[in-house]
Amino acid sequence: MLLSRVLDEKMAGLYRAGKIQGGVFLGRGQEALSVSMGLALRKGDVFAPLIRDGAGRLAFGEPVLDAVRTYLGSVLGPMRGRDGNVHRGRPREGILPMISHLGAMISVVNGALMARRFKKMDGCVGAASIGDGGTSTGAFHEALNQAAVERLPLVLVVANNQYAYSTPNKRQFACKDLMDKAVGYGVPAHRVDATDLEECLRVLATAVAQTRAGGGPQMVVGRLLRLCGHGEHDDPTYIDPQLKKSPLGRDCLKVAEERLLSEGWADANAIRALRQEVTQEVDEAVATVQREPAPDPYTENWCALSSSHLTEVFEILAPAAQP
Amino acid sequence: MSITYLEAIRAAQAKALADDERVFIYGQDVGAFGGAFKATKNLARDFPGRVLDAPISEDAIVGAAIGAAIEGMRPIIEMQYADFSTPGLNQIINQAATLFWRTQVPCPITIRLPSGGTSGAGPFHSQSMESLYAHYPGLIVMTPATVEDAYSMLLEAVAIDDPVIFCEHKRLYSHLKAPALPTEAMPVGKARIARAGRDLTIVTYSAMVQDALAAAEELAAEGSEIEVVDLRTIKPLDTDTVMASVARTGRLLCVGESFPWGGVTAEVIARVATEGFGLLDAPPQRLNAKDTPIPYHPNLWLVHRPTAQTVCAAARNLLQM
Repeated sequence: MLLSRVLDEKMAGLYRAGKIQGGVFLGRGQEALSVSMGLALRKGDVFAPLIRDGAGRLAFGEPVLDAVRTYLGSVLGPMRGRDGNVHRGRPREGILPMISHLGAMISVVNGALMARRFKKMDGCVGAASIGDGGTSTGAFHEALNQAAVERLPLVLVVANNQYAYSTPNKRQFACKDLMDKAVGYGVPAHRVDATDLEECLRVLATAVAQTRAGGGPQMVVGRLLRLCGHGEHDDPTYIDPQLKKSPLGRDCLKVAEERLLSEGWADANAIRALRQEVTQEVDEAVATVQREPAPDPYTENWCALSSSHLTEVFEILAPAAQP
Repeated sequence: MSITYLEAIRAAQAKALADDERVFIYGQDVGAFGGAFKATKNLARDFPGRVLDAPISEDAIVGAAIGAAIEGMRPIIEMQYADFSTPGLNQIINQAATLFWRTQVPCPITIRLPSGGTSGAGPFHSQSMESLYAHYPGLIVMTPATVEDAYSMLLEAVAIDDPVIFCEHKRLYSHLKAPALPTEAMPVGKARIARAGRDLTIVTYSAMVQDALAAAEELAAEGSEIEVVDLRTIKPLDTDTVMASVARTGRLLCVGESFPWGGVTAEVIARVATEGFGLLDAPPQRLNAKDTPIPYHPNLWLVHRPTAQTVCAAARNLLQM
């Protein structure tokens, strides 16, 4: 959680300094829910994170360097400059690289789980992340229904952070509760206060255990407030100040820290030391990546097909730009 | 003993399932029912657990195929009609087509699109989607025009490590017959000279190859020798074979069943005009369907799309230029 927050802050700083092309998207406020998802999974599972799942990615095992390299466009990163920011993953290692179209990753997780079933690999779980806005997409409904029909071991985690970009819940859906959306597909739903790490850990562990035991797909709906803009380009003045003051507006990281202190599980020194440690880890990763090469358009093979012999060459029609 | 285009498609799927345990079929009504056109007849019986009925969820069907392909499977997706692939378009063009480019992990999925018009089918069961898919990088688009190609190209589609859009023409399903399944095939990406001639080249693909051949036969009686080039795959497009044919004839007519704005015929003409302008003795011509939705009534439908008669008329016109 803390590593994710510090990494996010570092990326935001680099963005403001003009060192990152494109966008930076933070998980501020969503770390407890996300990290609980990552921790509930194990190696060999499949995970389709979305834009605010930095914490879940790290917990699932994504190296810090993958994030930094993708944000800074290093050719050594998993996307090698061909895709950026949160659009990263290692499909062969179970982390699916999100496309921007919301809901689209869920059925891909379903398919990965169907493949595991074909291959008689038992005990695998797939987790997909979605937001309140994403629950309005057709892809979300198709995929949840598909998972239910196939009785796949899918955990679909809905982070209801109250806003889809600037659109509040009341303009997004008319059901009383997002939990209701699971009912229509015969999928059990679990509710969680996503500002509370302990509760998140417990609920996600339960949902993952149930689906791993053959209980079919599970949906988890976490309530929280996004404590940042949609991206770092976005000034979130549209967020209702009343929500910020409400229990929903609590920072899950602070809540967790206070709990550690009040229970005596850690003292202020230990937390400070931990923060120093993760800050150093992030700083070192950034320093490493800043020395790495950017992609070179002239050595790039510009080939979208794995079957390179079937790639058409359009150079006669569109001559390559000269250096 | 003869085999139809549809039976060839079924046989290719049976062979793919038998030869490679990574292959499975997923689509609406493909299971015990055997598919809306019976292209998967008995396959669920012969390959238990590997031919799966899907809910009416084209987006999720393609998404699941992509996920399975990432895990090493080689899914064959049947869209009930090519027209119904549009709800799955996002997964095809944004997920399947970009996966290898973004991650270097191949996406070997085959999406079968029962394509093209048949009498009385109307606006939503008649479309030819090949130009739409060919527009996107990362996809291969096949348009078989013969029984032999329907069989061998479908097997190749399954074997290829990239997403393949396999446009099979419904009008050919039962009409087109061959004595036997082929034992060898031309390579993917190579066009075929379906009929040799020296006066005019017709470049076409899919069912229009049959109409073009009929037109060529009619024009032969009038003393004109028409060369018919069957593109076989429209992406990649075999520009070399097209250019060589135009070099022989000096006249180019491109025929396609899809809508007239852009598309395969426009692409072929753009390439010939750009790279082979000096080969042309007359302005290249194109013949497509009309720029309206596809009509239901046979009286309208027969006029909406190119036919052997309109191909003949266009060719006669071009021969006189």
